Amino acid sequence: MREITIGQYYPAESVIHRLDPRVKLVGTLVYIISLFLFKSFSCYFVVAAFLFTVILLSKVPLGYILRGLKTIIFLLLFMSMFNLFFTPGDVVYWKGGPFQITDAGIRNAGFMALRLILLIIGSSLMTFTTTPNQLTDGLESLLKPFKKLGLPVHEVAMMMSIALRFIPILMEETNKIMMAQMARGASFDEGNLIQKAKSLVPLLVPLFVSAFRRADDLAMAMEARCYHGGEGRTKMKPLRYQSRDYIAYVVMLLYLATVIFTGKVLYL
Amino acid sequence: MKNPMIQVKNLIYDYLISKNEDEEPERHRAIDDVTLTVETGDFIAILGHNGSGKSTFAKQINVLLKPTSGTLIVGGMDTADEKNLLPIRQTAGMVFQNPDNQIIATIVEEDVGFGPENIGVPTDEIWKRVEKSLSSVGMLHYRKHSPNRLSGGQKQRVAIAGVMAMKPDCIVLDEPTAMLDPAGRKDVIATVRELNEKENVTVILITHYMDEVVFADKVFVMDAGRIALQGTPREVFSQVEKLKEIGLDVPQVTELAHELKEEGLPLPDGILTPEEFREEIEKLWQSSAEMSPTSILKEADLKSRLSIRSI
Repeated sequence: MREITIGQYYPAESVIHRLDPRVKLVGTLVYIISLFLFKSFSCYFVVAAFLFTVILLSKVPLGYILRGLKTIIFLLLFMSMFNLFFTPGDVVYWKGGPFQITDAGIRNAGFMALRLILLIIGSSLMTFTTTPNQLTDGLESLLKPFKKLGLPVHEVAMMMSIALRFIPILMEETNKIMMAQMARGASFDEGNLIQKAKSLVPLLVPLFVSAFRRADDLAMAMEARCYHGGEGRTKMKPLRYQSRDYIAYVVMLLYLATVIFTGKVLYL
Repeated sequence: MKNPMIQVKNLIYDYLISKNEDEEPERHRAIDDVTLTVETGDFIAILGHNGSGKSTFAKQINVLLKPTSGTLIVGGMDTADEKNLLPIRQTAGMVFQNPDNQIIATIVEEDVGFGPENIGVPTDEIWKRVEKSLSSVGMLHYRKHSPNRLSGGQKQRVAIAGVMAMKPDCIVLDEPTAMLDPAGRKDVIATVRELNEKENVTVILITHYMDEVVFADKVFVMDAGRIALQGTPREVFSQVEKLKEIGLDVPQVTELAHELKEEGLPLPDGILTPEEFREEIEKLWQSSAEMSPTSILKEADLKSRLSIRSI
């Protein structure tokens, strides 16, 4: 639990860090779309190569990024197993009850795992290289057109950034509560799944109580510092596109073209 | 003639506690007829144990709460008037007890910029203010850091910088050191004193640590929503018995001097610092050439206690 790195900012001086958050948001969206466009290994090769280049540019250590995957390993296994055993296909290698392993199943399971891994790494790379405040600013600016439809864009963005700020604090708190309860004889890793889930209740209740208290405190602190919504607010770090941002957009388009080209021409 | 920073007149505040939806809510009086004046540039301390109404009073200054009756004027503005809300909050900034729960951003400088952003300061000016207020609390070096990696004292100094960036005339600190270790406490208090002396910011420090109050220009002691004692630290701490009655301690050295005086040593009232105490004792020592054996013994005992303290 202590090792959740997803959603955390990794401070470094790199081109990717300096990019406009809007570019990174749009880029992540393009990247996610590109993942679901085609189902061929050659495409994933292009995607992975692109991702790897961006990681190198971002100066975020690869090990640090991969650590984030640990948390989704169960989900990953579950999804792969599901695909592996339940996909009907032409060639059946093994059959038992409702389960079967087919060529399409293996292929699907592989794609699913690959996609999920690439998806997580790609989107966590965005949060590694963008501070929550920048992310919020970017989101707010990108969603501005929806404000006319009555969407509380600024508020949503602010909530997001606060949520991100409090992840490590609540994590630390969870650990403290766990240790306090372990000191009194509670155990969190014994018994079957249901027992484990039950042992989480006395952990979650105090955690929620404290989260509410924190929210109350924070709201007061924000009000005390004249926070009154997005109206009349200026920005310390206003978003202005630089030439590197335009270059990034062009790179993005080229990347998308490459993926589509590979998907159409080299069906593998 | 300077205008007073804060003028409070017959301030009353009731909390409403409703246990049941249909029942008439119960009234709990948190502040009971408080009248006081804080002069511009002063360092004011408000003492009181839990539930004495001191935090509630702090929230009144920042208009997080409004008086049930009576008036509260901050920098010439009445807190009851809705349109004064933002100007007052800008004039009287507030620092809270829990350092984690008042930092909004994930980077120190962005957090300090939060206040100026809210009041619509232009971008260039925000950067100038952030730099200036971070250096005034000695945290400029940490501007790019994540607040999570700072110590409690450092976080609290960032919070103070966040308030300073709004260029307030007055800072209200609501038990800013209650959750800090001794080193952090010392840092925060030193920072606050420096701001008071160098930038002439009016400081209202709410605390229950007696040692932090010694340097104040004026001390108010609150008990059950009322001002029980007020005056200079010396005047207030001279009344050891009354303070104890309220359930408050006096600084250790003041208590020691008080007890010795009770035992018959001719010490003055309201000794506040160990240095002062040492001076007084040395005076006694010199003038006690013709002392009786028993009192010399007493003094010897005292000397050993003194040397233990100075370690």
